[in-house]
Parts: sequence; structure tokens; C-alpha cells
Amino acid sequence: MRERFKMTIRQKPTYLTWLIVMAVLVLAVLLAPILPLHPNAVDVVHMSQGPSWQHWFGTDDLGRDYLARVVYGGRISLGVGFLAMLVSVILGTTIGVMAGYFGGLADTALMRLLDVFSSVPWLVLVVVLSAFLRPGLTTIIIVISAFSWMSIARLVRAETVTVKERDFVKYAQFVGMSPWYVMWHHILPMVTPIIVAAAGANIANAIMTESALSFLGMGVQDPAASWGSLLNAAQSRLQDAPYMAIIPGLFIIMTVLAFNKLGNLLRDMTSPEDNHG
Amino acid sequence: MLKTIFSRLLQAIPLLIVISFLVFGMIHLAPFDAVDAIIKPNMSPGVVHVLRERYGLDKPFLTQYVLWLENFVMGHFGHSIINQQDIGQALAERIPNTVILVLPAYATSVVIATVLGLIGGRAPQSWAGRVIDTVTAVGLATPSFWIALLLIYFLGYAANLFPLFGMGSAHQPLDVVWHMVLPYITLVVAYFPELARYVQSKTIGEYQQDYVMVQRAFGATERQILFHHVLPNVLLPIVTQIGQSLPLLVTGAMITETVFSWPGVGTYMMDASVKLDYPVILAVMLLSATLVVIGNLLADVLYTVVDPRVRR
Repeated sequence: MRERFKMTIRQKPTYLTWLIVMAVLVLAVLLAPILPLHPNAVDVVHMSQGPSWQHWFGTDDLGRDYLARVVYGGRISLGVGFLAMLVSVILGTTIGVMAGYFGGLADTALMRLLDVFSSVPWLVLVVVLSAFLRPGLTTIIIVISAFSWMSIARLVRAETVTVKERDFVKYAQFVGMSPWYVMWHHILPMVTPIIVAAAGANIANAIMTESALSFLGMGVQDPAASWGSLLNAAQSRLQDAPYMAIIPGLFIIMTVLAFNKLGNLLRDMTSPEDNHG
Repeated sequence: MLKTIFSRLLQAIPLLIVISFLVFGMIHLAPFDAVDAIIKPNMSPGVVHVLRERYGLDKPFLTQYVLWLENFVMGHFGHSIINQQDIGQALAERIPNTVILVLPAYATSVVIATVLGLIGGRAPQSWAGRVIDTVTAVGLATPSFWIALLLIYFLGYAANLFPLFGMGSAHQPLDVVWHMVLPYITLVVAYFPELARYVQSKTIGEYQQDYVMVQRAFGATERQILFHHVLPNVLLPIVTQIGQSLPLLVTGAMITETVFSWPGVGTYMMDASVKLDYPVILAVMLLSATLVVIGNLLADVLYTVVDPRVRR
């Protein structure tokens, strides 16, 4: 594993840059509570000021330090992205392994279910669901993960179908292991590399979806703020405080790029013969 | 050929019925129905009961569903519970607005994506390939509404070049075009990166095929290889992508329309979702699901038309 990692990094050194970007982002977000940042401290003397030495990213319309707002916004954006990814990976893996392993009727039923979920544009469904459920962090995570498991399920199913023909699986079935035991101890370890590689792109998409939802006012609610809801707030003050719109957007781009690159790195590590992009 | 299309359409019907049933059930679970929204405090319980009977809401769930489905198939989409407007009529007004915005933007994106994808895929390691790779990767990571905000600030407020909201007066085509510029740019930026990466990966794959090596060995020029061999093979999957993007014509610009207050289907849907206008949500959702199914079919049909190998 470590050899693979070193080899891939040597082939494409830019991955290292993105790993560092990711490390800095994750560290800043995790360590936010012990940094001297106060995202909700109101300072009426310094309202709506542009970036300066005192406030690197300026202040918002209530005089709150925008750097602190952005770092704490990252906590929510990354947190929601990570949890949504986790739920959708569990959902997608369960459905994919079961469909691939059992085949037949179960496979058909689960794949039709997948078709149904893929046939409605996700944004429409997400908007509808967030209108029904009470807005909040749990709702966003449920909504995002409920509509992002399909691609993982497809990948996992395809891999399961090939793995289940291998001799060790045949043997386990022959000696009378229960299907659940075989799936858990023999199939799952074999499909894990695929899942891990897909998780990077999945978390990137989750962060994008969360920011879109929050931007539309259907995601994170005040006073908590994600990068998307910061952009929502910035929309009405665009004319006199453009930095409030520019900064969170740059953070979204950097984060999503970093996670996509991480996904590519993991993919390159697991399947070195097919590496471009 | 016609037979294939017909059987595919028949196969799509159960899928659409399942989707409509799920959506209808979801809306049925909602805490209030269409009549609760239009009754006034001074109405007697008798009047309310008559209203419920008229809308068929006193019948069992399944009967209601069948009634609604019948109406939907006949083209009666029902009325908005917020302003009683006929949904079919509202959609007839708004769909063209979305189409005139999305269609040019998507066409532009396809052209940009094909050119960039071919250049990038031909020589992925060259500086041009690297630049294109970076541009599309960054483009994929950029939220469309952020682009919209930047355009509004720089081209709208700062340079004061373009109008920011709405679509102007429908009677003056030039005015509409003028209003279209910023949302159009936003959509192009939103659409092209994914397509370009797709074309690029297909081109890379095509150049690794044996026939390219054979062509080179026989002394074909790079231009011949690109235009006579690689391009036609890359265009096939692009055609499939175009077919599959049919639903974009209705729901492809929800966020962009909202930011620019463009009076299309997207703003209609967003507005309905905020106000929980169930009949509208239901109609738009089924419409877009139908388009997804038709789009997939269209993709297959187009593929058969352009690729002689799959023709029977």
C-alpha cells in the first residue's frame, strides 16, 4: 500500500500539493475551537469592512470577523459532506453487494429502484424533500445521501458480480457459510478499494450539493453558516461587499478540487494501469 | 427500428407509473391537502365538504391517485393551490423561457467541450492538455451560483454592462437577448467542464486503439487520423450525452434562473417548493422524470442512427 502510494506520488507530484491543501483545510476546520476566532462576536464599530491586517477576510454586516465565519462555515460544509458521504456509501454498498450477490429477482428489483431514483433530477427531488422535512443539518445529510448512493451501488454491484465467481467464494458457499457471512467476510473486503476511490468524488459532490441547497436557503439555517449560506447572505450585499461572495466560493472550489484529486489518487493507487485525469 | 422505439416506450411506462405513485404518495403524506389551502374561515363545514368532493379528496387514496393520473395523462395538470392558476398554462408560458436560455447555452457548451476535449485528449501530457485538464477540473469544482454572483458584480455592478434581473420585455427580442447574456455565460460555465472531460477521456481512449497505430504506420497525417478516424468515434458518445440531457430543457437552470430571477420553470419550481404548492411540485417532477426516460430513449435512438454497427 505504502509502495503504491509512493509510486503514484512520484508519477504525479501535483497530488502532493493537493494532499497538503486538504491537510491544511481539515486541520483549520478541526482546530477552529482552539484558534483565536469568534464567528459570532458582533463588533458594531467595524461593520462591513474590507480585508485588512486586523481582519484578514474583512467583517460582515454585523461586524463579525469573516475569517472566523469562513473557518466555521468550513466545519459545517466539510462535516455535512463527510457524513453524507458515509451514509451514501453504506447505502450504496449494501444495495450494490446484495443486488450483485443474490442476482435474480432481488437484483432486478434493486436495480429498478436505482432507475427510479436516477430518473428524477436530483435537484428537483432534493428541493422537494427539503421542503417537506424541517430544515436543519440532519435533513440535509439525509437528503443528500438519499440521492447520491446510486453510482456507488452500480460500481459495487458490477464488482460483486465478478468477485462472486472466484474460487474462495465458491468454496465458502460449498462448505455452507451463510450468504451474509460470505458477503461480509469475502465480498466486502474485495470491493473496498473501489468504494474508497469513489468516496473522494462522492464527498466532493456532497459538498457541492450542500452549498447549492444552503445557497437557495433550504440548507443550513442561521446563525450556523456553511459556505453555501455565507454566499446566500453575500448575494444581497454584493454591491458594497463583493469579498463576502468571492472568498467562500474560492474555498468551495479548493475543497471540492482537493477531494476530487484525492479520489483520483486513490483510484490511481488501486488501478495503476488506467491513470489519466 | 420503429419496433425498438415502441417496445422501449412500453418498457418506460411502468417506471413512470412507479415514480408518479411514489411522488403522489409522498404528497399524500403531507400534513394538509389542496382544499385546506383554499378554504376561508367563513366557509361552513358543508361548503368545505362540497369542495373536497369536487376535488375528489374524500375518496380513498388509490381512487384519488387513479383520478389524478387520468387527468395528468389527458393533459390536465391541475391548479396551483396558492394562486389557483392552471398549471398547464403556467408551464406553457415558462417552458419556452427556460428553453431559449438553456438551448443556446448547451449548444455552446457542446462545441467548446468537443474542441477542448479533442485538443486535451490528443496530447494529454502537452502544455495545452495540462491547461485544459486544469481548467475543466476547476470548472467542475466551481458552483454555478458563484459564477453568477461574480458576473453580477463585475459585469453588472462594476462595469454596468448588462441588466441583472428578469428577462426584459418579451416584445423586444433585443432586450431579451441583452438580459440573457449573464445567465447564458453562467450556464455555459456550468455545463461545459463535465462534457469536456468526457470528450477528453473518450479521445484518450480512442488514440490508444490499434487502428490509430496502423494508420500512423501507413503514413496517415495527424489531421487525417483526427478528422477521419478519431472524431467520428468520439462523436458517438457525445450524441448519447446530448440525448440524455433532454431534461435540462426544463430543469437544467434551476439555480441560475433563481439567481437572475429568470421567469422559467426553475423559478416556478423553487417558488412552489418554498410555498409547498404540491400540485405544481408534482407536475414539474413528473414532467422532468418523463423527460429523463424519453431522453434515454432518444440517446439510444440517436446512437443507432449514427452508428451503423448497432443497426440491425
